[in-house]
Amino acid sequence: MRWYGRCARRVEGLENIALQALSGLASASSLFLVASGLTVIFGVSRIVNFAHGSFYMLGAYIAWSLVTRLPRGDFGFWGGVLAAVLIVGLLGAAVEVLLLRRIYRAPELFQLLATFGVVLVVQDATLALWGAQDLLGPRAPGLRGSVEILGLRFPRYELFLIAVGPVVLGLLLLLFHRTRWGTLVRAATLDRDMVGALGVNQRWLFTSIFFLGSLLAGLGGALQLPRESVNLHMDLSIITEAFVVVVVGGLGSLAGAALAALLIGELHAFGILIFPKITLVLVFLVMAVVLVIRPYGLLGRRPAGLIAPGPAEPVIRPAPLALRRLGLAALGLAVILPPFAGDYALSVLTEMAIMVLFAASLHLIMGPGGMASFGHAAYFGLGAYGAALAVKWLALPMLPALALAPFAAGLAGLVFGAFCVRLSGVYAAMLTLAFAQIAWSAAFQWVEVTGGDNGILGVWPDAWAAPKLAYYYLTLALCLGGTLFLRRVIHAPFGYALRAQRDSPLRAEAIGIDSFVVRFAAFALAAAMAGIAGGLFAFAKGSVFPTFLGISRSVDALLMVLLGGVQTLAGPIVGALAFTGLHEQLVRLTDYWRLGLGLIILALVLFFPQGLAGAARARWEARHGDA
Amino acid sequence: MATLEVAGLAKSFGGVAAVRGVSFAVGPGELLALIGPNGAGKSTCFNMLNGQLRPDAGTVRLHGRDITGLAPRRIWRLGVGRTFQITATFGSMTVRENVQMALLSHGRRLGGLWRPVAGQEAGTAEALLARLGMAEQAGRPCGILAYGDLKRVELAIALANAPALLLMDEPTAGMAPGERTALMALVAGIARERGIAVLFTEHDMDVVFGHADRVLVLDRGALLAEGAPEAVRADPRVRAVYLGSGATQGGH
Amino acid sequence: MLAVEGLAAQYGRAQILEGVTLGVEEGEVVVLLGRNGAGKSTTMKAIMGLVRPSAGRVRFRGQEIAGREPFEIARLGLGYVPEDRRIFGELTVLENLEVGRRPAPPGMTPWTPERLFALFPSLAEMRRRPGARMSGGEQQMLTIARTLMGNPRMILLDEPSEGLAPVVVERMAETIGALKREGLSILLSEQNLHFAGVVADRATIIEKGRIRWSGTMPALRAAPEVREQYLSV
Repeated sequence: MRWYGRCARRVEGLENIALQALSGLASASSLFLVASGLTVIFGVSRIVNFAHGSFYMLGAYIAWSLVTRLPRGDFGFWGGVLAAVLIVGLLGAAVEVLLLRRIYRAPELFQLLATFGVVLVVQDATLALWGAQDLLGPRAPGLRGSVEILGLRFPRYELFLIAVGPVVLGLLLLLFHRTRWGTLVRAATLDRDMVGALGVNQRWLFTSIFFLGSLLAGLGGALQLPRESVNLHMDLSIITEAFVVVVVGGLGSLAGAALAALLIGELHAFGILIFPKITLVLVFLVMAVVLVIRPYGLLGRRPAGLIAPGPAEPVIRPAPLALRRLGLAALGLAVILPPFAGDYALSVLTEMAIMVLFAASLHLIMGPGGMASFGHAAYFGLGAYGAALAVKWLALPMLPALALAPFAAGLAGLVFGAFCVRLSGVYAAMLTLAFAQIAWSAAFQWVEVTGGDNGILGVWPDAWAAPKLAYYYLTLALCLGGTLFLRRVIHAPFGYALRAQRDSPLRAEAIGIDSFVVRFAAFALAAAMAGIAGGLFAFAKGSVFPTFLGISRSVDALLMVLLGGVQTLAGPIVGALAFTGLHEQLVRLTDYWRLGLGLIILALVLFFPQGLAGAARARWEARHGDA
Repeated sequence: MATLEVAGLAKSFGGVAAVRGVSFAVGPGELLALIGPNGAGKSTCFNMLNGQLRPDAGTVRLHGRDITGLAPRRIWRLGVGRTFQITATFGSMTVRENVQMALLSHGRRLGGLWRPVAGQEAGTAEALLARLGMAEQAGRPCGILAYGDLKRVELAIALANAPALLLMDEPTAGMAPGERTALMALVAGIARERGIAVLFTEHDMDVVFGHADRVLVLDRGALLAEGAPEAVRADPRVRAVYLGSGATQGGH
Repeated sequence: MLAVEGLAAQYGRAQILEGVTLGVEEGEVVVLLGRNGAGKSTTMKAIMGLVRPSAGRVRFRGQEIAGREPFEIARLGLGYVPEDRRIFGELTVLENLEVGRRPAPPGMTPWTPERLFALFPSLAEMRRRPGARMSGGEQQMLTIARTLMGNPRMILLDEPSEGLAPVVVERMAETIGALKREGLSILLSEQNLHFAGVVADRATIIEKGRIRWSGTMPALRAAPEVREQYLSV
């Protein structure tokens, strides 16, 4: 009897592991569908398509609507899924034709901003059409129940999903290597203008690629229907994972995406069993390790061949007198008006001042540094947590706690930056995201120290700074000082060295500049400055939460810098003020603030491709000649 | 003592020998041209001298000091200036600022966070630009300069740290014939005046035979010929692998 | 075949072309001579639609093509060989040729890879080699072959001899002669006057975005003051 029991338990244990592995394979398969679409689109258009996750979500929602409305049975289910997938493909093609086609010549990050605008619009459109409730789909006819293999029972639908991945991979490889269309696509990946000059209509090539890529995302989403509920968070959760897969596999490599999907899928399945405490961070840890060891992903190659150099960035000159006067006037208002403002206005103004410094710190590495960061909130949040923890555990007063903030953030900047600044482009950006996610999950899961999701409460300013007006002036002084210091740095030799390595790494090295050291120092400096902003934010809110270091705050920072314009020094300031003000107003006015923000972003991208400050300068120069 | 001494330099890529046992030397004020067919190993050779590639074997000595395998920025600090086949300058800076960067880096002052660049080394930079006939262009952004002018900016940057050796990779590529001669005459003048050793690769035979003191011919990774321009031009082996009949090159 | 009239173009605010006028007759080889930065490449790109002309007319075989998309212009039978070669490095020689393939107009013997390998024997030995692993000279041959796969009636050759060893330049001159015998019209840009003298029928000299002189090659040979002034030879 005892023997039987142990044996049964072993079988049960084995079955658990096998089931877990199988479920990992099924996730890997879905993940691959989405990631393959993303990698194919990136390969040809060089666009980091944030909206890809939205097509995944739409695939699931549209499939749900069709499948639940069509008659039950094989035709109703599979017909519905197929139709949904085609509709999503067409939507992807439509986004390419209406939006992205117009901005292929714009800087990479601006295209990213545009796709993020699409994400916001789709989110609210989905909310309006389908509501906030999670939706449950039916099971797939013919694939209900499970089959028995070697005495273990496996769900049929999981087995079906597992088969889909390799089949799609095989079809895609055939498509790209055995058809004329595939040859043209691969050629366009390397040099799109040349393909056009050889008589190929690249517009259709690009549209067809977006159709295919979005279709794959839609397929991934639609096939989730029998597995899990359909909800409004599917887009961002899948896009982060798909990015991880694509980057770990190597951008543009289908086989790499497949391999990485397998790795990440299984990691999810077993991570819960083996490391239940750090599940959230596991995927990002793996990505960080892969990128540190193989900077271009598992099967990726160093981007080779001709990358047509973009137009040179503009020369930085002292601001024209009129602009300086305008800046001084704005500053004057920021000093004189607040005593007459109410509490609400004061807290908005305080937040605006903080965001200006936050954006200016990101601008240092994005503009002069030429590195994108998708994870700048990490340093903002670590500054906030540094100050809050000092208050909570060390019982420090406000000023010493605030002084700790830049050190906490700067230290993290030193550690994370040491890895991030070795890479370039999207890879570097993704590694910053990975580290930010690691920091976020530490704040979220290390409950004993950080309070987890409940955050740290009671982080209030000292008595003298407790009145909103006093705290506002403190914030204004520190943020203004920090921002002006960053401007000064950009005009000083260090800032020039930073631009030098961005403009021409080859020439920089040839005149003795160690690009790594320069980028590294700039990264740490930016982190420390973001830390000051974060510390001030903690005392302004009286509390800190994991969301302070979340992806959406990183994206906010990106939006501010891009809205203002990367190429001008005034850009981050204008961008931070515009974004914070707009966001505040939209949230007050409507539940559909994402839709509003998204549409504004899209309008900006289409009509002001240099950002607000860039557009203002272009108008100024057109009217007054070269500054 | 020779400024640059190269001995037994060798490099293979994936088992294929690109450079096999190349040795030569350049003295102060001397212009040495390195020529040869495409794929002969000129670029590989060049990149091993400037630190971009680490040789499999052999040594590179600057004033007797072994600099083999050092990083390009270390080699620059020891007094080796470079110009590139495709010009590499800082497009978001003015011509003057480009030269200032090299001067500031030479004085190890690039860490400064406070004093603006505008007031540092501007005079020295302008004097150097004036020597190269670029004084009027000093305030223009490098990003909008004509190609011939960019080549001069590169030369100014390369001269900023008072180098003992100048490495020039196809210094006249993409220039009109008249500009080519003018640029090389300028280089030759400065090299002799300051005792700078110059090593350059070149495809324009007018430039090579008009300005080099000595010519090295590489073929399939090894030295095929070495000597005075006239002797090399007359060498039948060089004509066979590289120079051809001369019909498309002005009949030499 | 090709008639360009008053073509102007600018990059940003810099005016590169200020009214270029030139013509190429059927079966003719015309060379566009000029210093670097004189506007040779931009003229080629503006004709091809890769740089949008700001003014002027370009008529190709009787059709107005100024302002059209590059792919439309290519489909009318105008081929373009860029100066920087722009081989698809990860594609094999055969795949590079496939990208260029377009149906031949009626009455023209279409170019096939086999016919091209006869013209460029060195390419025949490396059909499945990726473009990135070819020498500069081989790549230059492949770009020309790739453009020929589109069965053009005329090709624009941007600085075909730049950066090539003298022996390879000689082979290039022979190739251009062979293409002329096939009946192809050619507009090429050059700085190498000797090379131009071997291959071209007529020359057009461009300087600071304007045409300064046009005439036959013998006329150019007989006009040392023209060469002196614009080409500084």
